[in-house]
Amino acid sequence: MTVTHEASPVRRAGGPARRPQTKRPSRRAAETRAGYAFLAPWLLGFIALTAGPMIASAYLAFTDYHPIRGGEWIGTENFTRLFDDPRFLDSVQVTVTYAIVGTPIKLAAALGVAMLLNNRKRGKGTYRSLFYAPSLIGASVSIAIVWKAMFNDQGIIDDIGDYFGTWSGGWVGDPGRTMPMMILLAVWQFGAPMVIFLAGLKQIPNELYEAAQVDGAGPVRRFTKITLPMLSPVLFFNLVLETINSFQVFASAFIISGGRGGPANSTLFYTLYLYQRGFGQGQLGYAAAMAWLLVIVVGIITLIFFRTSRYWVHYSGEGR
Amino acid sequence: MSATILTDDRPAPAPGRGTELRRRAKRRRAGKTLLLHLGIIALAVVMLYPGVWMLLSSFRPTNQIIGQTGLIPDETTLDNFRTAFEGIGGVSFWTFFSNSMILAVGSAIGVCVSCSVSAYAFARIDFPGRNLFFSLMIGTLLLPFHVLIIPQFIMFNEIGWTDSYLPLLIGKFLAAEAFFVFLMVQFMRNLPRELDESARIDGAGHIRIFTAIMLPLMRPVLATASIFAFIWSWNDFLAPLIYLRTPDKYPLPLMLRQYTDQTSVSDYGAQMAAAVLALAPVLLFFILFQRYIVEGVATQGLKG
Repeated sequence: MTVTHEASPVRRAGGPARRPQTKRPSRRAAETRAGYAFLAPWLLGFIALTAGPMIASAYLAFTDYHPIRGGEWIGTENFTRLFDDPRFLDSVQVTVTYAIVGTPIKLAAALGVAMLLNNRKRGKGTYRSLFYAPSLIGASVSIAIVWKAMFNDQGIIDDIGDYFGTWSGGWVGDPGRTMPMMILLAVWQFGAPMVIFLAGLKQIPNELYEAAQVDGAGPVRRFTKITLPMLSPVLFFNLVLETINSFQVFASAFIISGGRGGPANSTLFYTLYLYQRGFGQGQLGYAAAMAWLLVIVVGIITLIFFRTSRYWVHYSGEGR
Repeated sequence: MSATILTDDRPAPAPGRGTELRRRAKRRRAGKTLLLHLGIIALAVVMLYPGVWMLLSSFRPTNQIIGQTGLIPDETTLDNFRTAFEGIGGVSFWTFFSNSMILAVGSAIGVCVSCSVSAYAFARIDFPGRNLFFSLMIGTLLLPFHVLIIPQFIMFNEIGWTDSYLPLLIGKFLAAEAFFVFLMVQFMRNLPRELDESARIDGAGHIRIFTAIMLPLMRPVLATASIFAFIWSWNDFLAPLIYLRTPDKYPLPLMLRQYTDQTSVSDYGAQMAAAVLALAPVLLFFILFQRYIVEGVATQGLKG
């Protein structure tokens, strides 16, 4: 900073001002020292709780590690065993179905409601908070218990089905119905992406819609030609975040299935199986291999999203 | 709004063609608004149904919970809450509750202290390596937590920290939740640079600038972060499930799990009452601080 010459008269601490030439290097060193001192908590946490454990789990994935017996190097055996493990394959199928079906429905609901609420003067804040509330509590054990009771044999959902004569019997015990039940729980939590969509919609200038309307564009055209492109960065953000989140669902599946992932492995989510193997059966090496596979898959998906994003995500000022 | 327009049916003093058309358009718009509001309210009712049903069910006798679609109980009782307050397995409800409180308050304090300090380094100090560390920090945002729990468990097991709160709190004091660091960095970047520059001219060091200038200005973001840290810790299930073994150290989510695990004949009433009690502080927080919470989500895309 070039403030030294005017700083000297008002300087209160540090005695007489030194000359700039001798000051610059020492100041840079002081800045570096201060930077690392302030960064210390994060740096320590990163080394001890993130980077270190990642290296350790990469090693563990190639061992037959047990908390009491210790570990033994077995090479890629964990990975080859995974693909012969029918429960693992089931857990992959469950999780992928959940992510592929649930995420778009959730985002569509979020966007739809956000558009309903946008530009509404009355009650917008109340509605926004109201729809957001499930997102805050949806992953809690309390809500999993409520969900289980609601969808149980003779629960209220069953009663509604009886009334319309469309289905009978509980959803919790029916392998064909547990997935819709879990997806409904996820969609019910559309509030978090909705709030983000609302913030994005607010950024779209109203003149664009007015001009389009003057040019005779109908609501569908206005949505596909203005709303979607202008919202694409936010849509992209929500898509990445919600997809990654959907791979990590745990508590609700655990509670609803009593920790077993049944019936017929239909709620055996990836993380639930990882927990069963690692902490239920103490096969920590096998679980570490599973965890690394998850990281790789999530990484690839994120990469694909980012790579394809330039074809459909429009940032303003890019002149496309 | 719509009511005044609908009753305004008497002829206007000077019914020119223009005003007539305008009024009709206005009335149509009011009708559309009313319809939209009705739609939104219907949706809100569906959204709220599980919560309201849970609350009302907790006042029903256990044998009347399953198979009751209606919301209004035929019979109300406080027995469920009495059972829930007794706790489970010889541990009282208040033990679980205060365990949850210790963890949630500890998390909120840890996050505020460690993340604000680290965020200051990212936002306001220029030093070699800053950009690299910043990208690494952003990278951990996308990292699935599950790849870390296994080695972390082994590590804490070796140190002998399992069955204590240390593994559950240490990350909060070491800024391991990148979300909060990122949130605070973004907030600080929007604070005017002139503030710290003029303080430096007056001879203040980084410690002085941070504590005397930044921290007071950061009050809103610290509030948002501590609310989220509290609620996430309060609802957390996986980490306590892995690390805690002694029931009298359990937080509320593990108590609830014990209820659902009990024998084949489930006491739904007590489950509902305990679920309501476990959610009560979260809902209270939400009602009190909804502005901070919703705006925190809107600006930084925090998850629920």
